[in-house]
Amino acid sequence: MEKLVLTEEETMLSDMARGYLDGAAPVAKLRRMRDAGETHDAALWKEMADMGWAGVLVPEAQGGSDMGYAAANLLAREMGKTLAVSPYISTAVIAATALRQVADARAEAALARIAAGEATYALAVDEGIKFDPEAAQMTARADGNGFRLDGKKQFVVDGAMADRLLVLARTDNGLTLFDIPADRAGVTRDRSNMIDARDAARITFDNVEATGEDVLGQVDQAMTVLKPALMAGQGALAAEMTGLAAGAFDMTVGYIKERKQFGIEIARFQALQHRAAHLWCEIEVTASAILNAGRMMDADPDSAALAVSLAKARATQTATLAVQEGVQMHGGIGMTDAYDMGFYMKRARVGAEWLGDYSYHAEQVAAARGF
Amino acid sequence: MTAESTPDAFREELRAWLEENCPQEMRDGKMTEEGICWGGKNWQFTSQAQKQWLDRCAAKGYTVPTWPKDYGGAGLNRAQEKIFHQEMGRINARKPLQSFGIWMLGPALLHFGSHEQKLHYLPPIARGEVRWCQGYSEPGAGSDLANVQTKGEDKGDHWLVNGQKIWTSYADKADWIFALVRTDREAPKHKGISFLLIDMEDPGVETRPIKMISGISPFCETFFTDVKVPKDQIVGEENRGWDVAKYLLTHEREMISGGGAGLSGGGRALGAVIKDTMEGLTDATLRADAMRCEVDSLAIGLTLERYKDQAEAGQGAGDASAMLKYMGTELNKRRHELMMTAGGSDALEWDGPLGNRAGDWLRTKANSIEGGTSEVMLSIVSRRVLGLPG
Repeated sequence: MEKLVLTEEETMLSDMARGYLDGAAPVAKLRRMRDAGETHDAALWKEMADMGWAGVLVPEAQGGSDMGYAAANLLAREMGKTLAVSPYISTAVIAATALRQVADARAEAALARIAAGEATYALAVDEGIKFDPEAAQMTARADGNGFRLDGKKQFVVDGAMADRLLVLARTDNGLTLFDIPADRAGVTRDRSNMIDARDAARITFDNVEATGEDVLGQVDQAMTVLKPALMAGQGALAAEMTGLAAGAFDMTVGYIKERKQFGIEIARFQALQHRAAHLWCEIEVTASAILNAGRMMDADPDSAALAVSLAKARATQTATLAVQEGVQMHGGIGMTDAYDMGFYMKRARVGAEWLGDYSYHAEQVAAARGF
Repeated sequence: MTAESTPDAFREELRAWLEENCPQEMRDGKMTEEGICWGGKNWQFTSQAQKQWLDRCAAKGYTVPTWPKDYGGAGLNRAQEKIFHQEMGRINARKPLQSFGIWMLGPALLHFGSHEQKLHYLPPIARGEVRWCQGYSEPGAGSDLANVQTKGEDKGDHWLVNGQKIWTSYADKADWIFALVRTDREAPKHKGISFLLIDMEDPGVETRPIKMISGISPFCETFFTDVKVPKDQIVGEENRGWDVAKYLLTHEREMISGGGAGLSGGGRALGAVIKDTMEGLTDATLRADAMRCEVDSLAIGLTLERYKDQAEAGQGAGDASAMLKYMGTELNKRRHELMMTAGGSDALEWDGPLGNRAGDWLRTKANSIEGGTSEVMLSIVSRRVLGLPG
């Protein structure tokens, strides 16, 4: 396994991403999109695809840049710093990983479309208020050579804008994953008005036709394909949340250095210094877990579950702390809509739930550690 | 075994060597006070196996695996060091030797000592023949370490040392002490300190144990009355001892945060201890606390790994090591609170069914005080890492 230090290429990739995102996707961009009621910027995603980000996990044979999971996480982290909005995790990370598990011509064509920025994906697994893919109740009834899908999904991130949906449904002897176009007859998408102003949907499947061609991997064997994809998504989301924590932290430290009360900068107060220092320590420790998760996914994906859950658990905890401290240390202004800290707080809350909350992942860690 | 061999070959050789040389009795990972071999002139081995294990490891350089061979080490690189710890952990082997000489003085000497000093002082540390203690704190200094007052007067061929140190861990069992001594009273406080090596058998050195709440006395007071210290027993330059002290403190912080000796359960992954304690645990609150502790343990362990990898890549942690000390010791305190709760009434007796769990728990309360308090660590991070105004 590569060491827990960024390689020269990784540092360059990070710096390059930062430079681009500061110009193209600052927090102000998210604010403008929210105010305009938009959740997707097709031009931004096309630019990201042109830089190789949509194909970060797509093999070169399909036009991808195939940089691996540690690199994919670095990009996610940089996007998190300024809350960049894109279907990166759903499409470039989760869908690309799922498709890579299936080595057929159909999957390869789909990967090529992802890398080119021509197809966006959303993952439809949640049916209840908590992440629990194995509990999916949506049905895929065998019908002739194909299936009929019936059921409801919620919290489908990027689900309102995506071209295609990865849908998990119950078949006769297990769970099966389908890859279907989002505009197929019988699919109704209701855009969710999310607190973080990002794209998500509640989706109803009413007697939706799926053919054998639409099955990703084997019937009844969804987890073979889905598990690596979920891990990849969880790892990248953890990285994004750590970037988010760092972004909120930088904003907070910048603020307390400027803001004066009782005639001096409030950064001189030891109470605030120690809170800021503690937060920095937490971010630094979490960064190790993120890097490790990426390295494990690259080196030994079959054994990466512990590393990924550790990263997601720590990232959730750290981002939560970062935004809470961010608002508190900003005082009243941190609570206003005009100020950006609230955007960080809301994105952190959504990220905490998506793909498993702290308890879910801490349980995974405990199980992997044998207690 | 050579530093040049491939990782796989190294692992294979090491496994075979451990199989043949690590006595069965030394394979219980026991890191309690009684289980640790500290070495030194007056060391009484607790068993023949403990002595055998030390001697065999010392002969291979495995008491200090990363030190150069010339100075008693095995000259392992970072990748081999990782394998070394993995393989030792795999058979649950005890560390053959622990000492302040290994954790603190050794690294400082390797960095600041002359070749002669390294040849003279390091191999006896590696062989466990000389036990060292640390003479830093003073009654009036505490976390304001640069405020030391112990005085060293220049008498031509030697310094005449007078003063008092406190919290000198195991000074009553040590053969030598490395001490911060004020050799220039006119200079600003950081600039007038020298780092001296002093033989505890010299006339005028006296120690007294301090009994602690844990019922034991690892700490001492050490007094110096007209002690003559030859001029060649200085490390680094005269009046520049603060540089050495700071370098050494960085190592100490990393050691404490990593759960090295001084912390019970040291040497094993922090999480493993929690896991053993939590075996079959059903209480939901306790289980949740344990999980949280486990998550944090693993992440802090990875951070130690990352910092070591960074150091090897030439990106030293510097002041960021204050973070490791702070996070590691606070976690260790949480961990021991948890172990006490998990132990219930069995944990409340001295040497009860769970051994000295209460003593270990009480000992951890010093973790966030010794080597700089948690508050001092946070101040270091806030000033030197975050650049907040002082």
